[in-house]
Amino acid sequence: MSAPLLQLTNVTVRFGGLTAVSKLDFQLGTDELVGLIGPNGAGKTTLFNLVTGVYRPTEGEIIFDGQSIVGHRPHRITAHGIARTFQNIRLFGSMTVFDNVRAAFHLHVVSGIAHALRRGKVFREEETKIAAQVMEMLELFHLERFGDAPAKSLSYGDQRRLEIVRALATRPKLLLLDEPAAGMNASEKVELMKLIQFIKDKYKIAVLLVEHDMQVVMGICERIAVLDYGIKIAEGAPAEVRKNSKVIEAYLGEEKTIEPQRSRDAEP
Amino acid sequence: MYSGAKRILAIAILAAVVISLCSGFFNRYYLGVAIDIGINIILAVSLNLIVGHTGQFSLGHAGFMAVGGYIAAKLTIVLHGACPPWAQPILFVAALITGGLAAAVAGFAVGVPTLQLRGDYLAIVTLGFGEIIRVIFQTSDTFGAATGLAGIPNWTNFGWAWGFAALTVFTVTCIVNSTYGRGFIAVNDDEIAASAIGINPVRYKVTAFVVGAFFAGIAGGLYAHHKQFLSPTSFDFLKSIDILVMVILGGMGRTAGVIIAAILLTILPEALRSVAEYRMILYSLLIIGIMLARPQGLFTFGKPSHTKV
Amino acid sequence: MVYGVLRFINFAHGDVFMLGAFAGYFLSPVVNRFLPAQSYLGGVIVLVLAMAICCVLGMLIEFLAYRPLRKRPRLTVLITAIGVSLFIEYTCQNRYVFGSAPREFPNLIPSATWRLGNLVIGSNQVIVFVVTILLLIILTFVVQRTKVGIAMRAVAFNEQAAALMGVNINSIISFTFGLGSALAGAGGILFAMNYASIDPLIGIQTGLKAFVAAVLGGIGNLPGAALGGVILGVVETIAGGIPGLSQYRDGIAYGILILILIVRPAGLLGKSQPEKV
Repeated sequence: MSAPLLQLTNVTVRFGGLTAVSKLDFQLGTDELVGLIGPNGAGKTTLFNLVTGVYRPTEGEIIFDGQSIVGHRPHRITAHGIARTFQNIRLFGSMTVFDNVRAAFHLHVVSGIAHALRRGKVFREEETKIAAQVMEMLELFHLERFGDAPAKSLSYGDQRRLEIVRALATRPKLLLLDEPAAGMNASEKVELMKLIQFIKDKYKIAVLLVEHDMQVVMGICERIAVLDYGIKIAEGAPAEVRKNSKVIEAYLGEEKTIEPQRSRDAEP
Repeated sequence: MYSGAKRILAIAILAAVVISLCSGFFNRYYLGVAIDIGINIILAVSLNLIVGHTGQFSLGHAGFMAVGGYIAAKLTIVLHGACPPWAQPILFVAALITGGLAAAVAGFAVGVPTLQLRGDYLAIVTLGFGEIIRVIFQTSDTFGAATGLAGIPNWTNFGWAWGFAALTVFTVTCIVNSTYGRGFIAVNDDEIAASAIGINPVRYKVTAFVVGAFFAGIAGGLYAHHKQFLSPTSFDFLKSIDILVMVILGGMGRTAGVIIAAILLTILPEALRSVAEYRMILYSLLIIGIMLARPQGLFTFGKPSHTKV
Repeated sequence: MVYGVLRFINFAHGDVFMLGAFAGYFLSPVVNRFLPAQSYLGGVIVLVLAMAICCVLGMLIEFLAYRPLRKRPRLTVLITAIGVSLFIEYTCQNRYVFGSAPREFPNLIPSATWRLGNLVIGSNQVIVFVVTILLLIILTFVVQRTKVGIAMRAVAFNEQAAALMGVNINSIISFTFGLGSALAGAGGILFAMNYASIDPLIGIQTGLKAFVAAVLGGIGNLPGAALGGVILGVVETIAGGIPGLSQYRDGIAYGILILILIVRPAGLLGKSQPEKV
């Protein structure tokens, strides 16, 4: 396998007395779909926050696409090619669906203030091109009929989808999805699984997925890493992880096989 | 879709100049109020960029106005003697722009340290900056100190005031209605999500302050050459509040609403001159009333406004 | 204290301070009808009555102007507070109310001066020390040792959880406002005793400086606020005596505020609270 896209080496992060992530080694290839699971508080979202620059590791190194990204600010890391969605959906509430996606094209836009004022050919052409690309993406993900609606007015499932579309609009090489199935019913989850697979195939990007729902994780992930109390306790193909006794212990406290579970309610 | 804006700007400026040339036909008092309205539109729209679109509570806008006003005034006072009549408009514009740039620097000085602050803290700090600027001018003899700066030539007319107002509206609207400009609103709505899609919140907040301050400075310069006299008390906390109320009344982020609010809130005190004693009491009740009853502004219908109030 | 519980700057606090001073101004002749002029007892009665009046006023303001806005974003309440402040100031300046001309504040207690070497200390100044320390002790006792105090601190920490523990949020917030306003009223009387003349606008600068002092010490932290107040007072007074710097006296409070918020936003005695992503 060629050099990994994302590599974490010996990463540790401490908040005061609490060690959220401890001596973590993890890597991800350019077109892998990897799942990250673990009980609540295991450090999964912390890992996302480390990779996206929200937190800075106390120790260790994070290399993305051959470059160290430790200490880089979140917007710069997105420019490198990492996009994410959030556990609690963070859409731009006062903007329309269209504008939410359009804002994400900002990274690849040449026109700044001067262009916006001059409204010359460069500006107009670029804006038209962006508008077309936004509509294309909305159509691809079946959101085109909501174009001018306020983002807040969408159903929960559509909002999640919109957040993913917005993340994709930044043209990332790696997409981080933080509990995308939260709050979904069974049929929505099936749709989600198809969606993630579709995204990976069409855009040829790596996907790292944090999820509690075993049906989703076991269903689409090629590889799964398991965290507990900030330490990686297992990693491997879904079938192996499912039978791993340490994993079972972490979740259930006793030996039992992990069955695909009913959907969990969204976090409050 | 986008070229219309420039055409509207050209027409607006032309109309302003034409009306200005005919100003002999109008009542001097009403003309004066109209000029005040133009200046207030510039102030309100420029503050709207900072508060309405980008969501930064700024209670020190009058400070930027002061910087622009004093610098422009000082320049014209010093230079207008040596200036031939045909060059006066050039000197005027140069002075205004210099004032605006100085104010922009002040905007930068305020925007950078306040990046991490939120809500109430940001409000108090910007208030503090406004007061510090006022105190500086109050103690500076070059600018007339507490007694004020007099002898400013009366160069502001309807054309200049409304021409610059049109320019301000054009600039702010065009900036915000672009893919680049969506960044301001994104930073306002959710700074963390904005960072996650590659938008640098620092750049946008500082830009908002700098651009907003620039136009406030121009407004200050126009104000100086209209009243022909500047004293530090013209630029106090109350003035900042005046402008902020225009932005809130207009619906925070809705340029059209803000313009209407600026017009209304300039005319209102004039119309209430007969009850001048009670003017401020009514004004403060108005503020409380709006906040309790209709905080989203009087002119918000249909499309959602940008800032949650 | 109010900021700690309610998370917003009560711009009208300074005006309650002013109203306390005016309450004292009007109460003093009334009290003097029953007691000899300039007696300690008379002074205490005026102080307590003024504090009571301000307590009620504060609770009234909270009930009318802030409570309806409890769920709204911070900017709304902030602007409303500014509106209330302006309303009080301008109403009081109206000639049918107090009028804007300054009035001379009567001497509440027998005046005496003491000399300590080069220091000249007046009775009014001593009273400020004594009353302040007394009030701080009482306040600390209330906040740390009483049920109400614990409830206040709980609400300051997490309103929802406090409600779930059976705390009546409305009562506690009213109480906090009442307590804070009573203290503001006391401040007004002490100020008036030392600065002799009062007018409806004395609350503005003092109110703002009070906020600066609170931030300096660590917002929501009572000993911090006291410390901040002392530091601010000392720095201002020293600056007032340095030629060349004295004109900038008003700006000093703001300068300190900006400095603290950039260098150490949590304040001297405060703890920072990061946002959860």
